[in-house]
Amino acid sequence: MAPTATYPNPRRILIAAFALAALGLLAFTGVASADLLTPQSGGSPNADDIDTLYKIVLVLAFIIFFAVEGVLLYSIIKYRHRKGAVAAQIHGNTRLEIGWTIGAAVILVILGGVTFAMLPGIRNPPNSQANGYSGPGTEPIKFASAADRQPPNGRALRIAVNGQQYVWRYTYADGDKNRLNNVFAYNTMVVPTGTTVTLEIRAQDVIHSWWIPQLGGKFDAVPGHTNYTWFQIPEDKAGTVFRGQCAELCGRNHANMIAYVKAVTPEQFKLWLAAKKRSIDAANRDVIAQRKVLFPTAADKATQDSAVNPTP
Amino acid sequence: MAAVDTTAQSVTRVPQVLASKVERPSTGWTSWFTTTDHKKIGIMYLVTALVFFILGGVEALMIRLQLGAADNTLLSPQVYNALFTIHGTTMVFLFVVPIMAGFGNYLVPLMIGARDMAFPKLNALSYWMFLAGGVVFYASIFFSPPEMGWTAYTPLSEKAFSPGGGVDAWIFLAHLTGISSLVGSVNFYVTIANMRAPGMGWGRMPLFVWTILIYAILLILALPVIAAAVTMLLTDRHFGTNFFMPPDGDPLLWQHLFWFFGHPEVYIMILPAFGIVSEILPVFARKPIFGYKAIAAATVVIAFLGLLVWAHHMFTTPSPSVVLIFFMLSSFLIAIPTGVKIFNWIATLWRGTIVFKSPLLFAIAFLSLFLIGGISGIFLAIFPVDWQLHDTYFVVAHFHYVIVGGGVFAIFGGLYYWFPKISGRMPNERLAQVSLGFMYLGLTLTFLIQHSLGLDGMPRRIYEYQDIGNLELYNQISTVGSWFLGLGIVLSLYNFVRSAKKGAIAGPDPWLGNTLEWFTPSPPPQNNFDEVPRVRSIEPMKDIRRQVERQSGITSDDRELVSH
Repeated sequence: MAPTATYPNPRRILIAAFALAALGLLAFTGVASADLLTPQSGGSPNADDIDTLYKIVLVLAFIIFFAVEGVLLYSIIKYRHRKGAVAAQIHGNTRLEIGWTIGAAVILVILGGVTFAMLPGIRNPPNSQANGYSGPGTEPIKFASAADRQPPNGRALRIAVNGQQYVWRYTYADGDKNRLNNVFAYNTMVVPTGTTVTLEIRAQDVIHSWWIPQLGGKFDAVPGHTNYTWFQIPEDKAGTVFRGQCAELCGRNHANMIAYVKAVTPEQFKLWLAAKKRSIDAANRDVIAQRKVLFPTAADKATQDSAVNPTP
Repeated sequence: MAAVDTTAQSVTRVPQVLASKVERPSTGWTSWFTTTDHKKIGIMYLVTALVFFILGGVEALMIRLQLGAADNTLLSPQVYNALFTIHGTTMVFLFVVPIMAGFGNYLVPLMIGARDMAFPKLNALSYWMFLAGGVVFYASIFFSPPEMGWTAYTPLSEKAFSPGGGVDAWIFLAHLTGISSLVGSVNFYVTIANMRAPGMGWGRMPLFVWTILIYAILLILALPVIAAAVTMLLTDRHFGTNFFMPPDGDPLLWQHLFWFFGHPEVYIMILPAFGIVSEILPVFARKPIFGYKAIAAATVVIAFLGLLVWAHHMFTTPSPSVVLIFFMLSSFLIAIPTGVKIFNWIATLWRGTIVFKSPLLFAIAFLSLFLIGGISGIFLAIFPVDWQLHDTYFVVAHFHYVIVGGGVFAIFGGLYYWFPKISGRMPNERLAQVSLGFMYLGLTLTFLIQHSLGLDGMPRRIYEYQDIGNLELYNQISTVGSWFLGLGIVLSLYNFVRSAKKGAIAGPDPWLGNTLEWFTPSPPPQNNFDEVPRVRSIEPMKDIRRQVERQSGITSDDRELVSH
């Protein structure tokens, strides 16, 4: 009995499913969206390099995908059971098997080679542009660890990123030795364009992960460890706000731990930093004044008493 | 059953299915509690695992409903986090791993021509421990369900951040299912090493048995590590130790220990699926498996390399370059034996005469889908690329292509393939085809677009998202797909329930199989076989059919596959 008689068109469902899946794939490629098939990029050279590396892998992946699925589809159509057909009783073919083992290995060697060739561009920060920001916070540091990669000339704007449930805090190395007096901000990180920014990423409670897709890959903020990354936003992106969010489950409101990076010109950044610094200094002075009222020393007390309760 | 022809000549006797019931098998519902029969335990494993699969599937549909709209308020973050934690834990610990144990339990003794497992009582213990683990874990939903994700990363899973008992229920589950799997693995190992039929050397062992052997060895190597890790977490939480909290402890230690177990666990789940596919393809292509030795060797190599790739889950942690590079290259290496397997499977179909029965359809779907999961794995192995993709929906898509497209499709192929043996009846082919169509379409809609979700910036494990880029559109496609997938699965499960009562009678060997489980009635009697002929090749059942033809003149090729 022919199989077609026993179960009408068994291939139809499979072929339909295949066709639908292939159509789906085509429909996706038809959508005019940059991030349908590739990662986000455009905010920093390392993000662009990752994007390029990804695309190289994607091309190879598509070739392998279509080749293998093609042979599979061909075999199941060509070698479906027909009356009188006899299956070839082959147990293997050593040369062929060695061949495709080597073939698979060669593809991976190529991928490894491309990765190693592109790695320095992704990991090593370049110098800032000539007209990038070079004020407080960009002084070269003397003892950088191997993981803490710095530009060749050692000058980068250093920002400490701290993750906590469920907010990001940024502390700028503004030249003040007392880190408690450093300029800081929550949620939105303001950075100058054309300037290499290096990040020291830490966490104070659970693990978080720093990720602004257009500015490069993600790096986990692990309590007790420091992770490092960098970015350099092109000059024509001044005014752009890049969005990202915590990428490691950190509790119930993990979804709401959003981070923004706002790119401004180096001049605007200088003004912003100075204004922040002034307001921190002003706040410090206010605190000192308040402390004198709330927790007065004996001397303060004497002057206060005479001022508030003049002796009758 | 024909009675034993005692007058027949001992050497030239025509082999026939012989199995007299030496011992009256106990019946009734109590027999399920007292049984040590590997087949009954196997069925209990399969059914229990499928029940957990349904629970995990319902959780998945709730997750997809919540993500069906941007800024959705259907579920609270607490409930959402509990759902993905329970979903992940269920599918790994309570569905895929135990259902493979179910297949192994039912089939290994039959395939190697043994009458039971080496340690039948340990086998029963193994099942009851598994069930207890599942019950303890699910009981937590009435108190305080775990919310830390199935990976239980510290410090989030520490008492300071997860004070509820859900984490402890999860730890208890890891211990109970761990003991279950360890006991079961030792049993598989001893059974396979010692109880094979005469003539069945290592080079003639069915490929499914090879993968169960490697599955058992991997479990024996990986489970003590997770047992130690969860015990350390337990003492951290309740007894004042500090293994995983800074400044004295290190959260990364947890990740290393967890993934040293967790990555082999992936191969523990997928290798038996490879074994199922390696059994199905040659039977329905009517052709020997292409490159038996290469496939068996690839299984061993994958398992070995699988122990050396764990830190590719940790590419975004603060780790030295040498670690990143080592684990990228070791992950590359594992692609080679995996590729070899895929090529061998396709070559098995090549120049065959392929009979499109339900098991084969699922096996082909497995091939076409698992390939996608394998290829997306290459992207993730390249650590600079992984820096963009890690912990996004791209990864979610990747491992669902591997575990659903690979694992679940192979499992359903296996269920259709061995359903006649287990139940004695044939499944409904038409319903199987419709089910496969929905599952294939559903999986593609649900998970293909999730690659794009990840590329578009959506991290995993977020209970809500803003509609930036195309996030809402992509999520809607995925949510619609999940219901197709669910429908397809329900249709197959319905098929099994219905066919167990109404299906056509299968007979001992409805598919013209290659292995010894078909050389006994369906369902097999309690002692499996009275006698097993000497095994002379990797396809003993084919040899037996040929011998029957030669000696009796009845050609089994005249008999087409059972039709319905």
